[in-house]
Amino acid sequence: MVVIGGGFAGASCARALLRQELAVDVTLVEPNPTYTACPFSNAVIAGLRSLESQTFGYGRLRSAGIKVVHRRVSAVETQQRTVRLDDGKQLGYDRLVIAPGVDLRFDAIPGYTEDAAEAMPHAWKAGEQTLLLRRQLAAMQDGGVVVMSVPANPYRCPPGPYERASLIAHYLKTNKPRSKLILLDAKDAFSKQKLFEVAWRELYPDIIEWVSLSAGGQVTRVEPATRTFVTEFATHRADVANVIPPQRAGQVAMIAGVADQTGWCPVDPVTFESKSLPAVHVIGDAIIAGGMPKSAFAANAQAQECARAIVDLLSDRAPAPPKLINTCYSLVAPDYGISIAGVYRPVDGLLTDVSGAGGLSSLNAPKSVRVQEAAYARAWFNNITRSVFG
Amino acid sequence: MKGEVCKPVRCILAVAMMMAVPALALGDSPAGAASCLGCHPAKADDGPVPALAKLPAQQIVTAMLAFRSGTRPATVMDRIAKGFSDEEIDAIARWYARANKK
Repeated sequence: MVVIGGGFAGASCARALLRQELAVDVTLVEPNPTYTACPFSNAVIAGLRSLESQTFGYGRLRSAGIKVVHRRVSAVETQQRTVRLDDGKQLGYDRLVIAPGVDLRFDAIPGYTEDAAEAMPHAWKAGEQTLLLRRQLAAMQDGGVVVMSVPANPYRCPPGPYERASLIAHYLKTNKPRSKLILLDAKDAFSKQKLFEVAWRELYPDIIEWVSLSAGGQVTRVEPATRTFVTEFATHRADVANVIPPQRAGQVAMIAGVADQTGWCPVDPVTFESKSLPAVHVIGDAIIAGGMPKSAFAANAQAQECARAIVDLLSDRAPAPPKLINTCYSLVAPDYGISIAGVYRPVDGLLTDVSGAGGLSSLNAPKSVRVQEAAYARAWFNNITRSVFG
Repeated sequence: MKGEVCKPVRCILAVAMMMAVPALALGDSPAGAASCLGCHPAKADDGPVPALAKLPAQQIVTAMLAFRSGTRPATVMDRIAKGFSDEEIDAIARWYARANKK
């Protein structure tokens, strides 16, 4: 068994496959020696957490019996059922699982190239970029203007940009209270919108300004030299600029041939088998998951169900339709948590919301519930990182 | 909630038993059960979310039905419980109870 990609989907699936008592070898292929988790990385940007607390090694996966190979994949040969690595070595497989994650598109916003991410960080893959944005915020004068741009759907972590805006606003309110944050959005509606808006009115009324698509929020061009965002209606010069660009499935999805023309990967919602390649399963942010969002919680849930389906397929049993849960917490302030939840099952080839289930935190919940949800958010992060990497 | 008070000796025993429990094998898990482990730890820990493999099946069923009907206050479990039928809740509860005995 070979798993490509060592994030919340891939590492979790490798562990789940190993637990199945199948007596199979599990090899995890991941180019990076450590994993830096995106959930809670917005708190790092706001100076509330260290990047170290986001960073995890693969040592425990190794000691559990998974062979971890830090290499890039150069080809997937489905006829021979082999994965070729960039050192020329080949890995044979019975079933291949790919968890490509996302790639940021540096061809989508004119002016926003990979080099531009130095002046206008994306910080949408946690790591050096996270620290870069934090340093730029720390260096900004009081009274400065932070501008963020947010893409249209789909992208990794739908409520993430709004959590980031909230926590940056918290940092500004605490440290640089005369500053402003402008959120340029390529959408007219967003995840947990009502909850965020209620919290922003209460906590950051003079700091955050959200500019929707219809109000001219779509960025048509950026100028990194002057940290300028150009929209159809206006130009916004930023003291600190954060561009969250459009995304697509990670490059290994293109190398393997599991992504379609949308840039994302169609899969069977029962087995997570690719609709393009036989015996290849795709999980996590890169898939077209119907109603399920691109979140670490969803990736982990898909990883478990994919492993379960693979066990059935290898045992010549028909995999039973799964039911999956997603719960995404966002912090609006350090002790102010909100959540969205959903329950999903396969309907007509897509993972679909179970109607009547899921939804948002209550709009008029007392402060104690917000505090409690912030605690649950931290507990979720601790539990999931421990179960995947610990 | 009778019997919820955790006497130290019983707690130590429970923790010791959990240590001996192998990680949950998901091969025979009923629909929905695997997702619970996103928030609920496989082994009891010091966090606010209980480990399900520690709980008797009936306690999970009772809690889920109360969350689903709204009679038990919740932050998120009321929203999640509404996605599961009586049969699914029962199967999940029994699976975690079995995992406890392994």
